[in-house]
This record gives sequence, C-alpha cells and structure tokens, in this order.
Amino acid sequence: MTDTNAAITAVRAVFRVEHAKLVARLARMVRDVGVAEELAQDALVAALETWPRDGIPDKPAAWLMTTAKRRALNALSRGRMLERKHEELGHMTTTHEDPADLDDDVGDDLLRLMFVSCHPVLAPEARVALTLRLLGGLTTEEIARAFLVAEPTIAQRIVRAKRALADAKVPFEVPPAAERAARLASVCAVIYLVFNEGYSASAGDDPMRPALIEDALRLGRVLAGLVPDEPEVHGLCALMELHASRAGARLDANGESVLLLEQNRARWDYVLIRRGLDALARAEQLGGPGPYVLQAEISACHARAIVAADTDWARIAELYGSLAVLQPSPVIELNRAMAIAMAEGPAAGLELIEQVASKLPRYPWLAAARADLLVKLGRTDEARGEFTRAAELTTNAHDRAKLLRRAGEL
Amino acid sequence: MRFLMTYTAKVQDHTPEKSAAIDKLVAENIKAGILLDTGAILGLGSGGRGTLDRGNFVLSNGPYSASEEAFVGYAIVQVRDRAEAAEHARRFMMIAGDGECEIRQLMGPSDGMP
Repeated sequence: MTDTNAAITAVRAVFRVEHAKLVARLARMVRDVGVAEELAQDALVAALETWPRDGIPDKPAAWLMTTAKRRALNALSRGRMLERKHEELGHMTTTHEDPADLDDDVGDDLLRLMFVSCHPVLAPEARVALTLRLLGGLTTEEIARAFLVAEPTIAQRIVRAKRALADAKVPFEVPPAAERAARLASVCAVIYLVFNEGYSASAGDDPMRPALIEDALRLGRVLAGLVPDEPEVHGLCALMELHASRAGARLDANGESVLLLEQNRARWDYVLIRRGLDALARAEQLGGPGPYVLQAEISACHARAIVAADTDWARIAELYGSLAVLQPSPVIELNRAMAIAMAEGPAAGLELIEQVASKLPRYPWLAAARADLLVKLGRTDEARGEFTRAAELTTNAHDRAKLLRRAGEL
Repeated sequence: MRFLMTYTAKVQDHTPEKSAAIDKLVAENIKAGILLDTGAILGLGSGGRGTLDRGNFVLSNGPYSASEEAFVGYAIVQVRDRAEAAEHARRFMMIAGDGECEIRQLMGPSDGMP
C-alpha cells in the first residue's frame, strides 16, 4: 500500500468511527437526516483533501463537525442549495450551541437518529438500509454486498427512504410516550433483522455478510447504553450475544450446519457468552420478561450447560410455554414439545406434537421431530416414514439429503 | 473482526489527568459497543516464560530486560477492519503517550478457523 492509500484508509476509518455521531448531531441542527448525511459527506471530502497532507487533527470529530457546518453556510450564501434546504440550514444558523463539542453527550441525538431510521413510514428493508448507512457507517456498496443485492438498488432505497422521511415531515425526535414502546420495538426488530441476515450467511459467502452479526451486536450495545432501563433491549442484546457465541461451532468442515446439541462447546465464544449472560441479568432485574428476554433465557440454558447432557430441559419447556403465551405460534409449541420430550421422555413429547400437528401440516421439522421421538420409542418403521416425509417437504437440498440419510440408516 | 492490541509506553509517567482521560475513552468505547475487554499486564517477572523442550517443561526465573518488565496495556476490540482498529490504537496512544502498539487480529469463525 502506498503512503497516500494508507493515509486515505486512515481518514476513512476515522470517518466511520465518527459517522453516526456526526450525522446525528447535524440532523438535530438541520432537522433532516438526508441533508445531514450530505453535509457529513462534504466533511469527509474535505478531510480527504487535507488530512493526508496535514495529518489527522487532534480532535477529528470537532474538525469534521466544524467543517460540515462551514460548508453548509458557504453553500447557503452562494445560493446553491434547494429551497427546501435553505429552510433547514436556517435552523442551523440560529443554533447557538458550539458544534465542536461532538464528544459531549451526543447520546440523545444518536437515539433520535435510531428512531427516525427505523420509522414506520419506511418499509422494513428501507429501515435496515438506512440504519446500516447512518448508524453503522457502512457504504452503499458494503450494504449491497452484505444483502446480496445490486448496489444501485441499495443506493436508491436509501435515497427514497430519506425523501420519504422528509415528505412525511418526520420530526427528528424521540417519540412521545404513547408511541415509544411500539417505536422501540421497531428499532429492536431492525437490529435483529440485521443480525439474522448475518447469521444466515453460509460458508463461501462474501465476508461482508457474517460481518453483519458484529454490526448488529454493536448497534444493540449502543441502543442498550442509550435506553438502559428497557428490559427488552437488554434481552435483544443477550439473545444476539448468546447466538453469536456459537458462530464458530455451528458449521462443520464441509460447511454443513451442526445441531446445537452436537456442537463442540469448546468452540463456543465464552467472551460473548459472558456478555450475553450479563445483559440477560440486567434485563431480568428490570422487569417482566418480553419475547426477546424469554428467547435469551432459553439460549442461556444452553450456554450454561458445559456439556449438552447438563441442559435444563424442564426450564426450557417452561420458557417456551411463557413465550407461547406472548406470541402464540405452533412452531413455539413444537419446540416446547421437544423440550418436554428431553425432560420427561419421548412419549410425553410425542403426545404434544400430535396436538400441534394439524397446525403445521407441511412443516418438515415437525415430521423430523416426530421421527426423532419415534426412533427413541423403537417404532422404527413409522420413524422411517416420517423422515422420508420430512425430506419430501423440505426445499433445501442439504436438509433433504440429511433427512433421507437418516431414513436410510434405520 | 476482533483485534487484540497491546501497548507499551516509551516512558512510564502516569498522571491523574492521563488516567481520567483514558477512563473517559474507555467509557466512550464501551458505549460505542466496540470494546470487549481492556486492562493492564504486569511485567514478565510476575509470571515467567514457560518452555517445553522434548516434553520437559521449564519456567524461567529471570532476570528480564527492561522492556520485558515494562507494564503493557491491552484491549480487545470488535471493529469492521484493521484500519478501524488502528484508529482506536491511535486515539488511545494520543492520550497514553509515545510508545508502541501491537495490533493483531483474533481468529474468528469466518477466518478459516479449523
């Protein structure tokens, strides 16, 4: 790498570290996230021009902020901006606070930026793209690669999202109390969606995909710091940290997924497990368990078991029961049945599966679960039939091969 | 990506102001979700160097050189890339003072872990 390239890489790294704070503070001043991001980009261009020559300033965040503001005022005086922006930039000139203090308590602005990026006027995929762009500091190219979508599609999605926010005159603020719970749930859902997208990456995918796991973890941690009294936010963090802790053990040498109970637990990431359990403890101190907390508690039952045989299945069954009350779903019932089977024996589990079977007539994992329990009960012929049926129902070639192999082994 | 960063100061000159500034940086990095762990490592005399030679384990007793005995600070950060790790190292050293920082990536699930 040449010195110039190295300098440019360093400037971009500073910019990414500061991006969310810079956009958040600017958005508070101009009341428009689109304009705020353009100003931030202007500041990046200026930094790329001067930092490689003069070195990184002592307070890069303040430098970027001051530059963004100066650019905005210059543009305004030369009348180069659209009418709409004039009005927004007008807000800025009347803001008296010192814009250079970016390091001081930018938290409220970051929280506003999170709420606005996940606003219900936007479609879910637009919320995800905008959140990764503005708060994650990802480029459109990086988002496109992570989501296996063409770059122009993402660029357009972000442009439209910004316009939709401006058209709907979405205020740059934390929602009022009456809307807060639903809006916070939307922020959590966006972060969890990013996480799951990264978690579903397969071996050989662009490394930008699994990197989404870490982006989601960081966003979750930032959110938890901004709203420390919300149990579900800590629950979401706990769930993500605990799931992420198994990333190194969930695929075998051939890239095929390894079932939780068959994973090599020495390969779990105990730094993330500790963080997950800490986040869960905070959530539990704060109050009644919501869906994220319950799912995290289930995940924690596995994390606490040093060997699979130590798993507290009775507790897991109980937690699935609570989850089914909050979010009635036959899949949760099925999971509960399997936990009961582990706790009380295959016959008890099978009985519950039969109760839920009619609600999941074409679900391959119900047939596979039933087959597993039939094997344990020695009803081999029936088990073989269920594995074959599960193989017929699945659309995933890997899974079909695995299920047929199991049928053949009986 | 996760990086382990270790820092050795050129001169050991702790002041309350410096400690407070480092504490502030640590708090900011925790809030930003990037800092997983940080702390100080004592000199080699606090433990020693274990060597296995043809099945024979030996723990060294010193003496050690000044650089081996120096305090080392460490941090484990979770960031997008090497450049971002370097930026955090730079920020830390701007406060902690002249010295040397080693930045190494920790192997993760997508880095060809066996």
